Amino acid sequence: MRYKLLTAALAAAVTLPFAAPAVATDLEVTHWWTSGGEAAAVSEFAKAFDATGNKWVDGAIAGGGPTARTVFVSRITGGDPMGATQFNHGRQAEELVEAGLMRDLTDIAERDGWKNIVNPPSLLDGCTLDGKIYCAPINIHSWQWLWLSNKAFEDAGVPVPKNWQEFVAAGPKLREAGKIPLALGGQPWQAAGAFQVLMVSLAGPEVFNKVHGDKDAELAGGPELKPVFDAAADAREMARGSNVQDWNQATNLVITGQAGGQIMGDWAQGEFQVAGQVAGKDYTCLPGLGVHDVIATGGDAFYFPVLKDAAQTEAQGVLASLMLKPEVQVAFNLKKGSLPVRGDVDLDSANDCMKKGLAILAAGKVVPSVEQLLNQDSVTQINDLMTEFFSGDMDPAEAQKRYAAIISSAD
Amino acid sequence: MARPSQLFRNLNAKIASIPMILTALIVFLGGTIWTIVHSFTNSKLLPRLNFVGLDQYDRLWSTPRWLISIENLLIFGSLSLVFSMVIGFLLAALLDQKIRFEDTFRTIFLYPFALSFIVTGLVWQWLLNPDFGLQGVVRSWGWESFTFDPLYDQDIVIYGILIAALWQGTGLVMCLMLAGLRGIDEDMWKAARVDGIPMWKTYLFIVIPMMRPVFVTALVIVASGIVRVYDLVVAQTGGGPGIASEVPAKYVINMMFEAQNLGQAFAASSMMLVTIAIILVPWAYLEFGGRQRRG
Repeated sequence: MRYKLLTAALAAAVTLPFAAPAVATDLEVTHWWTSGGEAAAVSEFAKAFDATGNKWVDGAIAGGGPTARTVFVSRITGGDPMGATQFNHGRQAEELVEAGLMRDLTDIAERDGWKNIVNPPSLLDGCTLDGKIYCAPINIHSWQWLWLSNKAFEDAGVPVPKNWQEFVAAGPKLREAGKIPLALGGQPWQAAGAFQVLMVSLAGPEVFNKVHGDKDAELAGGPELKPVFDAAADAREMARGSNVQDWNQATNLVITGQAGGQIMGDWAQGEFQVAGQVAGKDYTCLPGLGVHDVIATGGDAFYFPVLKDAAQTEAQGVLASLMLKPEVQVAFNLKKGSLPVRGDVDLDSANDCMKKGLAILAAGKVVPSVEQLLNQDSVTQINDLMTEFFSGDMDPAEAQKRYAAIISSAD
Repeated sequence: MARPSQLFRNLNAKIASIPMILTALIVFLGGTIWTIVHSFTNSKLLPRLNFVGLDQYDRLWSTPRWLISIENLLIFGSLSLVFSMVIGFLLAALLDQKIRFEDTFRTIFLYPFALSFIVTGLVWQWLLNPDFGLQGVVRSWGWESFTFDPLYDQDIVIYGILIAALWQGTGLVMCLMLAGLRGIDEDMWKAARVDGIPMWKTYLFIVIPMMRPVFVTALVIVASGIVRVYDLVVAQTGGGPGIASEVPAKYVINMMFEAQNLGQAFAASSMMLVTIAIILVPWAYLEFGGRQRRG
């Protein structure tokens, strides 16, 4: 009797520590962010996740998106899933979601109110199946940018162009000065990306939506798109001599002034930042190639494969929720050069080019990205066609015919 | 009366080989049949049984990327076979001349075989790089107009890959040939010398026919490596420039995971199987069918 209180106090002292927060869990996160700027950005996520008491186990895969996605898909379908993985917005993971291999995030999405804060809402559509959400969109990247090296144009004695047509006209002068007019990496997705930037910027957003969204093959083979293919032939001519593979190697040619410009998405900003260059002073950015002020809302989202371990599933939830928190969004996107998915965060310290992008996004001048409209099979076929076109001597009319055939067989 | 005892003869050996038989049946045969069946479907990322007839094959044979990869495999395969056998045999014949430091030379020639294809591809990508590799070095020695840039020229990029593959694989062929040469009786050489036959004729008309089994072994090993060439291309050129150095194995892997189109990938790999069968079946018939008739 006398020891009841003492026993109770001892028992309480022993059990209290076990009511502490969850034990630290290791979560393997795979992605393809391996350039200097991208690594700086993803470490923001890692820092935030480590601060919650868990551990971010980094699984970066080199070689670009297509190479990395090969590894992701073979691991997930092969039964060795990672904790979290990156995909682009759109249909890349659609069959994995349909097969039930991805974790349902609807509970976290509803708790954190994602439907209200994600802008544009189409970012969540790509991974919503039967009303359930399966991904955490984390940024908005647009392809439609032309990055120009002020130094290269200075060396060639030409004013920095304000649009695509002026850039093409300045091409010969750049060659005379020993510069490569257009830097283009050898991986197929870069040639294909440059092409669809030319399409939306020169032919306009309605044509882009009809061809990729409605799969209008007649329009694809018709006269509205002929100037786009001719422009692609110009780009091909200007890109001759850029013997690099990775996109950031091509950006490096622009940063060091060896190339005049590069058609690349706004993730190139990370590289300029890491090299310490200033927008407007060392480099110039032309959204929509200076012709049609439109950006596509592509970008990255994290998907969470279904795991058997309860602690890891818990950690997945923590990570998903974390990635859309305002501070983390700001920290990550400023380093990455992308636009945050939250419309309610303040990016005052963003540079000139990001501000241009934010303005275009706020004005609603957006189109969905190609990955959101076409499935991977069609995207790969277009990649193959464009890389063949850009590295060879294919006639633009021939390329247009084959492009129309791919669109007509797309689903 | 004799029949039942024949089945139970060597029972231990037969039981011991059951795992291998099951593996061969289920994994090899079963997997092959599953692949061929699914090549007639329109499976995307995950296999489904929606049959679409010969659609995948139609698409396959009208895809430039596949046609280029078949062409590349034919060029690469035939040249790789011929050169690795010829060079392997020459090196083996030279090593067989009772020279000093034979062990050292053998080690040096066999060393590249210990490297993986990824390392080989990367090393040769750097060696053939126009700015930092062979072309750059020779130019820095004074020959300004020396050009050796196969990896950025669509027409000859497959020869750049051929060089890397030969460097890697010839060592093994050389060792096999050396073993075969060593198996030739000393008296053979003496008899040929006594008869006054020149050395090269001895090799060509006496020794090589005697080494037929070794040649067949080397042929099988080299041929299996040729059909499987994938990681060398990925490491050295990534399939480029453009799609000029595509090979069938790379097409299959890309279709399976990147394009998320299993039906296409299975159609391509079934075609690879058919190609090999077309070559193997007549040869197997000649090799084994003939003997039975003679016996």
